[in-house]
Amino acid sequence: MSSILERTETTAPAPAAQAQYSAKRRFLMDNRAAMGTLMVFVVMIGVFMVASPDVFTSWDIYHSVLVTLPVALCLAAPLVFVVTVGEIDLSFPATMGFSAWIFALIVQAGGNPFFAIAAALATGMLLGLSVGALVVYASLSSLIATLGMNYMLRGLILIVTEGKSIALLDLRDSGAASLFTGEVYGLPVQMLWALGFVVLAGLLFNYHRFGARVHVVGDNPDSAGQMGINTRRVRVATFAFMGLGAGLAGVFTTLVNFTWWPTTGDGYLLPAIASVFVGGTPTWGGIGTITGGVLGALTVAFIQTGIVASGLSGFYVQFFNGLIIVLALLGHRWNQKRYR
Amino acid sequence: MNERLIELKNVTKSYGRVFAVGGINLHLDRGEVVGLLGDNGAGKSTLIKILAGAIPPTSGEILVRGVPVVHWDASCSRDAGIETVFQDRALAVQQSIVRNIFMGREITTWLGFLNVRKQREEAERLMREIGFTSKVFAPDSIVGQLSGGERQGVALARAIYNKADLIVMDEPTTALSLTETEKVFRFVRTVREGGRSILFIGHNIHHVYDIADRFVVIDRGRVALQATKAEVGSAERLIAFMEHIAHPQGIAGVTA
Repeated sequence: MSSILERTETTAPAPAAQAQYSAKRRFLMDNRAAMGTLMVFVVMIGVFMVASPDVFTSWDIYHSVLVTLPVALCLAAPLVFVVTVGEIDLSFPATMGFSAWIFALIVQAGGNPFFAIAAALATGMLLGLSVGALVVYASLSSLIATLGMNYMLRGLILIVTEGKSIALLDLRDSGAASLFTGEVYGLPVQMLWALGFVVLAGLLFNYHRFGARVHVVGDNPDSAGQMGINTRRVRVATFAFMGLGAGLAGVFTTLVNFTWWPTTGDGYLLPAIASVFVGGTPTWGGIGTITGGVLGALTVAFIQTGIVASGLSGFYVQFFNGLIIVLALLGHRWNQKRYR
Repeated sequence: MNERLIELKNVTKSYGRVFAVGGINLHLDRGEVVGLLGDNGAGKSTLIKILAGAIPPTSGEILVRGVPVVHWDASCSRDAGIETVFQDRALAVQQSIVRNIFMGREITTWLGFLNVRKQREEAERLMREIGFTSKVFAPDSIVGQLSGGERQGVALARAIYNKADLIVMDEPTTALSLTETEKVFRFVRTVREGGRSILFIGHNIHHVYDIADRFVVIDRGRVALQATKAEVGSAERLIAFMEHIAHPQGIAGVTA
């Protein structure tokens, strides 16, 4: 091999030697982003505790967060899939409203609530599938196309309902309501359902063929395609999963409030997106973290409640929302290495 | 006699009246490394794409293990056991070695859940087979942390897992340092010893001369030279030949 010894022009530095990872170290490395988010959350709660110890040492504040958190979890977990595959979905608030509308219409017409829930989930999935197919097969920018779909679906709801809400007072005593939104030992049941959904999402993301393909398609679609993966189908599937999560979120909000509003879901657009990125999923695709997304949702949910409970005026909420998002992004920037 | 793996008979590819490849005759045997050389525009990329089934040949015949294949396309190519490894876009660099090796062919248990343990073991076995001696990297290591040569090794391990018989390596050493090039050579030799064939495409004639058993030089869409290492004799003679076909009249002002 003497001939190349004489003539190699390019020299790249040899890779730095790295120690063999121990199991513990590997766990920390794999969950770096989630760990960072956990730190942000712990520090934030610490600050709140110092600012208003009375409020933050009582169970009430946590209880109230646990009532609203499930909705955010159902949205944030699937959104991690969409972002990891290299897309974004801004249409889920309208999908959520639309699925909840189907649920409300069936219940209002005297249908079985359980059937109504199934129909709402199917609606969400179908809408997600359509949005995804539109984005992927027409090669549209998901940022703009899903924004458009969000307006279109919401507009459709408003046109048909003429802006009227649907009250579902009969739901209060239904079996569905107690099964999905009752309480066990002071803990809102919907939190358990949402946790179940999140665990399922986590298993799919990390230990299932679907999750593995979401990762590689988001990382290197050329390579994934060359290895025989139908990259388009994988991308559409993430949108369908997002739709399913939105359907579930829609059902939960409606069950908790016994009312469906034409605006149902609107308020969740920015918090859900913030949860994903605060959680440490980067914007460029290929990697993501469900655990981080959950912690991000928890963080985002506590900002609002925490600030108001600390005695600051509601005017501070937006400022602190933004502050936490920017700080978390800065933290992750330092924490993550981008290979390319 | 060597077992004949792939044979191209008078294969052409034309775009309108322009021939990108104008009648190539070429064969690859089992367990050999063939170096493919040619200037830019000589038809190397077209040839690779034809082999991968990405573009159909305009005319000619492709034989797999002696059997002619009609309607040659990407799935024929895959069935024939041909896998192409492109230098810079072969791998998902933010993923683990395991995820790259099993990309599209995951080992699963029930309902599509991954058999994590089996994938790990299989990846470890493949890495050993390919000649990953470094203890620094485990199957869970992120590909982005590997050096360029090691990445080629992962791509080769994947090709072996996919049971490829012919691995087409498109300029695998072009951007690599000396040490890294030697790593790639070691991987390539291990793969050859396993009875697989490699079509090694490169611009650095010294690299190609060192690794290949046989050389095919193409020039303006035709095979200009097909010779074994013994016939060529030395890298210098190969370079002289390449210079001759590039400048048949000699370089202006540098007449020999």
